[in-house]
Amino acid sequence: MVTANTELAYNSKIEGEVIVSRADAVINWIRTSSIWPMPMGLACCAIELMGVAASRFDIARFGAEVMRFSPRQSDCMIVAGTVTYKMATAVRRIYDQMAEPKWVIAMGACASSGGMYRSYAVLQGVDRIVPVDVYISGCPPRPEALLDALIKLQTKIKREPSAKRLLSA
Amino acid sequence: MATDFSFPDAGAKAAAAAAPAEFQTEKMSLSMGPSHPSTHGVLRIQMELDGEIVTKADPVVGYLHRGDEKIAENMTYNQFVPYTDRLDYLAPLANNMAYAIAVERLAKLEVPPRCQAIRVITAEMARISAHLLGLGAYGIDVGAWTVFLYTFTEREKLYKLFEELTGARFTTSYTRIGGVARDVPEGWTGRVDAFCDQFLPILEMILNLLTRNKIFMDRTVDVGVISKEDAIAYGLTGPNLRGSGVPLDLRKDKPYSGYDQYEFDVAVGSKGDCYDRYLVRGEEMRQSVRIIKQAIAKFPGGPWYATDAKRIFAPPKDKILTSMEELIQNFMLVTEGPQMPAGEVYFEAENPKGALGFYVVSKGGGVPWRLKIRAPSFCNLSILPKVCVGAMVSDVVSILGSLDFVMGECDR
Amino acid sequence: MSAPADATTALKARFPQVTDRASLDHPAVNVPAADVPAVLKYLREEFAFDLLADVTAIDWAEGVSPRFTVVYHLLSTTGHAYLRVAANCASDAAPEVPSVVDLWAGANWHEREVYDMFGIKFAGHPDLRRILMWDEYPHFPLRKEFPLAGIETPLPDPAVVAETGAKAIPAPMMGGPFVAAPGEINLTEAEPRAKDESWNERRSKPE
Repeated sequence: MVTANTELAYNSKIEGEVIVSRADAVINWIRTSSIWPMPMGLACCAIELMGVAASRFDIARFGAEVMRFSPRQSDCMIVAGTVTYKMATAVRRIYDQMAEPKWVIAMGACASSGGMYRSYAVLQGVDRIVPVDVYISGCPPRPEALLDALIKLQTKIKREPSAKRLLSA
Repeated sequence: MATDFSFPDAGAKAAAAAAPAEFQTEKMSLSMGPSHPSTHGVLRIQMELDGEIVTKADPVVGYLHRGDEKIAENMTYNQFVPYTDRLDYLAPLANNMAYAIAVERLAKLEVPPRCQAIRVITAEMARISAHLLGLGAYGIDVGAWTVFLYTFTEREKLYKLFEELTGARFTTSYTRIGGVARDVPEGWTGRVDAFCDQFLPILEMILNLLTRNKIFMDRTVDVGVISKEDAIAYGLTGPNLRGSGVPLDLRKDKPYSGYDQYEFDVAVGSKGDCYDRYLVRGEEMRQSVRIIKQAIAKFPGGPWYATDAKRIFAPPKDKILTSMEELIQNFMLVTEGPQMPAGEVYFEAENPKGALGFYVVSKGGGVPWRLKIRAPSFCNLSILPKVCVGAMVSDVVSILGSLDFVMGECDR
Repeated sequence: MSAPADATTALKARFPQVTDRASLDHPAVNVPAADVPAVLKYLREEFAFDLLADVTAIDWAEGVSPRFTVVYHLLSTTGHAYLRVAANCASDAAPEVPSVVDLWAGANWHEREVYDMFGIKFAGHPDLRRILMWDEYPHFPLRKEFPLAGIETPLPDPAVVAETGAKAIPAPMMGGPFVAAPGEINLTEAEPRAKDESWNERRSKPE
């Protein structure tokens, strides 16, 4: 969360409450609280992804219920399902269209490593074409596992030196 | 990718020829998918549009082709069961059953009544689960979000029951050649019965959200009409065929796994439009509940696997761990697979999406020589070039939702 | 409607070149490839086998002749019966069978799939191109000499390939699939470790 150093908090009758914090903390807090996923729902894991969006597991608690199928408006691509070679080029193109900052979650065994499909048509792991931040194992992973991965991604994002990157880019 | 449309386009040609020269417009080519919220998975449709009307539609499938049939030629019959889960991944238990029965027909093996009853109950639960999701996804496609949330809540209850029985929420891998993996747990049938009782009123509530809903009816009535002749010519099966007025239901017409003991009705549509297909699926869910309750009422005792199939089904675990002969039997079964005689069989089961067929060619031994999976979604999708022509782009979304296909099955 | 047993008898009487095929469940016949459309049309018209359930093929392996058999499964929606029609392709090197798209529009996609997987051409098909693999894929995957792991092939999109360097590689089999060859007394020979598939990304193929 925001590293608020209360001694530096400045309570003024004119401006209202001002909190001084590190830019990184604020930027990362904003980013982690509203990761809009781009659901690359390819196969069975997509059903568990839909289950996460539904009422019982409710990804909306984490700010991620806005499943935008448009890569331009999304932050995190959740590759859910088997990526075949025919589909791989489309996945990469969509990844390229996403705006920075972007992350990728490889959901399930097929996306992480090809899963149980050791065959001529299946890309053996989506990390061969896009850089992956979090891998989730399971076939399919339980919705709780996907939420756990989302939290791990949030922890990862919180460690990023976002302000330096924004200033230097 | 092939971008030249070589399909005959009589309607658009005639319209274009009739229009005066200054009104000649250019056609737009639009590629819908493979990553698209309304294509129910990875389907790509290359359309040619004249304004908002589709003049040509060429679906491109194969984005989820994983090589299942080649994999089957390298695995034993039991090792292939998890791959059947992931064909129609909305109703894995039904696929498991279809595959197990097809392979059992090679050995002309009859499983005991309790096993048949378990398979029927799980297949009908899978049917309810698949139709609920199809309904929910169709609702989202035409703009009704609430339906999705309600159907998923019911599906979570089904998942809990599946997990209790098989260990997994939906990719169950529950059947084996010659039986099922384990017997039903204590009190499970009672809980399924309780689910059915509380499900019927909720189903009525869910269907009431859409059935007389003016917006839904505007989007589905008289949209995507498939005639009887077309449905048969394109090999449609399941609710799509019955929605067009052909009363073919393999559970009634070629009963398997004890379906002839249960009384149920078959929903048949009249017009063949999207609304009819939606109504057929809704009614099928009610009939599934009826079948499940009858099966639970009649639930027989006895073994849950074929006890006399020594080279096909593994003996009970306590015997394996203590007796030499059963240990060797289990070893041979696990390493070499269930020994099937040489020959070929073709079996179709009435799955939620249509008739799922398995054509097994065996040269003897534990590994098939050729396994062809006849996927209902593959055949259901082949009618798209015909049915989309003349419809608007938003109607295409409605047609896709009503055909209710699954790409895992279509591409295998 | 007439039972399928009558169908095969009447069929053999009408087309003398049709012979019985061994089958464990439904009646099945063998037909020479050139007669397939005529036979299927006769079955549809006389015996109401109106639904073409499936078109597929079997590859009996490289040394065997005839190598490819195309199999049609017919279903009668009124008579509730199945019938299997099998046709051996005349040529092993360039297998070809007449297309039945004129009889059943649904055969279009089935025949495209058989072409994609086996390389069997269908004479008279309006649009014979690949359906499950991408159009430029050079191999026929379900042929017996094609390995399950696949053969290294470039991907179709040059922009993506330039960016990532990805290509279709043979899948690392890691010692699987774990099926023992039946009848081997020496278990070391029977286990997959002794076969070709025991290599993975870190350990290259032995010998």
